[in-house]
Amino acid sequence: MASIEAHDLRKAFGTTIALDGIDLRLEEGRILGIIGPNGAGKTTALNAILGLTPYQGELRVLGRDPWTERDQLMRDVSFIADVAVLPRWMRVTQLLDYVAGVHPRFDRARAQGFLANTTIPPNAKVRQLSKGMVTQLHLALVMAIDAKLLVLDEPTLGLDSLYRKQFYDSLLTDYFERSRTIVITTHQVEEIQNVLTDMVFMDRGRIVLHASMEEFESRYLEVTVHPEQVAAARALKPIHERQVFGRGVLLFDHADREQLGALGDVRTPSIADLFVAVAGSQIGQAHVGQMEGAAQ
Amino acid sequence: MNTPANTMPGSFEAQTVSPPAFSMTRPFYWSVRRELWENRSIYLAPLAAGAIFLLGFLISTIHLPRQMRALSTLDPTKQHEAIITPYDSIAGLLMLTAMAVGMFYCLDALHGERRDRSILFWKSLPVSDSTAVLAKASIPFVVLPLITFVVTVAAQWIMLLLSSAVALGNGLSVGTLWREVPLFSMSLMLFYHLLTVHVLWHAPFYGWFLLISAWARRAAFLWAVLPVVAIAFVERIAFNTAHFATFLLDRLSGGAEAMTMSGGMPIDPGTHITLGRYLATPGLWLGLAFTALCLAGAVRLRRYRGPF
Repeated sequence: MASIEAHDLRKAFGTTIALDGIDLRLEEGRILGIIGPNGAGKTTALNAILGLTPYQGELRVLGRDPWTERDQLMRDVSFIADVAVLPRWMRVTQLLDYVAGVHPRFDRARAQGFLANTTIPPNAKVRQLSKGMVTQLHLALVMAIDAKLLVLDEPTLGLDSLYRKQFYDSLLTDYFERSRTIVITTHQVEEIQNVLTDMVFMDRGRIVLHASMEEFESRYLEVTVHPEQVAAARALKPIHERQVFGRGVLLFDHADREQLGALGDVRTPSIADLFVAVAGSQIGQAHVGQMEGAAQ
Repeated sequence: MNTPANTMPGSFEAQTVSPPAFSMTRPFYWSVRRELWENRSIYLAPLAAGAIFLLGFLISTIHLPRQMRALSTLDPTKQHEAIITPYDSIAGLLMLTAMAVGMFYCLDALHGERRDRSILFWKSLPVSDSTAVLAKASIPFVVLPLITFVVTVAAQWIMLLLSSAVALGNGLSVGTLWREVPLFSMSLMLFYHLLTVHVLWHAPFYGWFLLISAWARRAAFLWAVLPVVAIAFVERIAFNTAHFATFLLDRLSGGAEAMTMSGGMPIDPGTHITLGRYLATPGLWLGLAFTALCLAGAVRLRRYRGPF
């Protein structure tokens, strides 16, 4: 069953178009990263998926309409919004009591287990905790909910890099399993590259690329060439080209690795570079049409 | 690259048992509890008001023996009035306290959660917008009147026992005191008054405050009050009348004549209850319809309005 199915999803705030016809199908058991600059529509898309905002078009999340069935849906979905939203007046124990009270799939002992590994005092109020502790607390709550879909909007914002790494490790080892689906947005693309099974590039309210990580790794190659070989490399129709220390770095889609190897060092591009190539340049724009067709 | 799905052991399977049947009232119960955690003034303010009144009453018992001797010379009506006044006063004080707490609570109930963005957290849990709004509405409609009732009755008992102790200590008879302060029937009248006036008759005010709380982006208090003042003002200028203001003040002061035959304090057991006439008042049902519309509007706004 598809966890998320969107067809021609649209949303405008006044004259600003936030979502410009999103088509997306995400199967159960995947970890999807939504990548894009600020204002690309990531949070709006997540809000639509979570039933926080009305939209036009078709959208089913775990087979439900999120806008009309939010409270039912939230039994199987948990999420962390991109801002610190835990009520500042609440005590940690009250939070545990409340979530245990209203959520049929919350495992209190599990949450307390996660909290035992932190320095959060159980009787403290949220306002007394540091920013990192608040995030840890929210993650402990969410990871103790046996949800089918977990949505994380910039989950590690404000955390130091050591804790960010721990967080993703823990997400994979303690939380993720076959029947769960996770959707993550983040600016720290490189950090989640190894976590994801799928990625979606969003730009100006549209999905400009949707690929699995296997596809990403097998399709895209980047070659660094000396200036004298740039012309030869260009003949192979790169989708993007940039200069690094006087050498050309060309990015290819569906190129022959051996052919490229003759020209210079070949490697898999970083997600950030691919994003720039796909969304940023004119070549990228032309490429979008093909990609969208391929991603269906 | 490995798909994590393939490498994860199925250690979770044992825990993913089907959730127990979850009754509809549980989210409501916990939503009300969370309101009490957040707004402790709901019970602290009436308790504090009651405590302060009792302190004043305790000090006043110094004069009690002298007053009781003087009382016996008065005619029965005046005697009754003199004895019952403090008992009416504490009921009135606690009602006013509850009204003030209820108003400020309602104005902040749906506004505060958007201001501090915690609404995104509340909405991440399986609690519907109607459950959330009804739980908040239950504070002025159920919780505050109950607290007012309990604190008032408890304080009145303390007052009566205290007076009796002082009187007995001074070798005076407590017969008059207990005859003039029939606590059980007073409690019943208090309950009737709280239900008919403070819950049902005042409901539109709380409904309106909750609606404005869900709607206003800032300054909910001003939005709740200024339009009302403006209407009264325009009416005054345009027609030199004050129907709107009179109407509101009547509503606020209880429209007491509809519930009881007038005369005496509303909680005085001598008051004659006219439940039939109260239920036949169109104003009651129009007010309740208005309240229902406000609450429906608040539910809808809570759904649509995100954080600021």
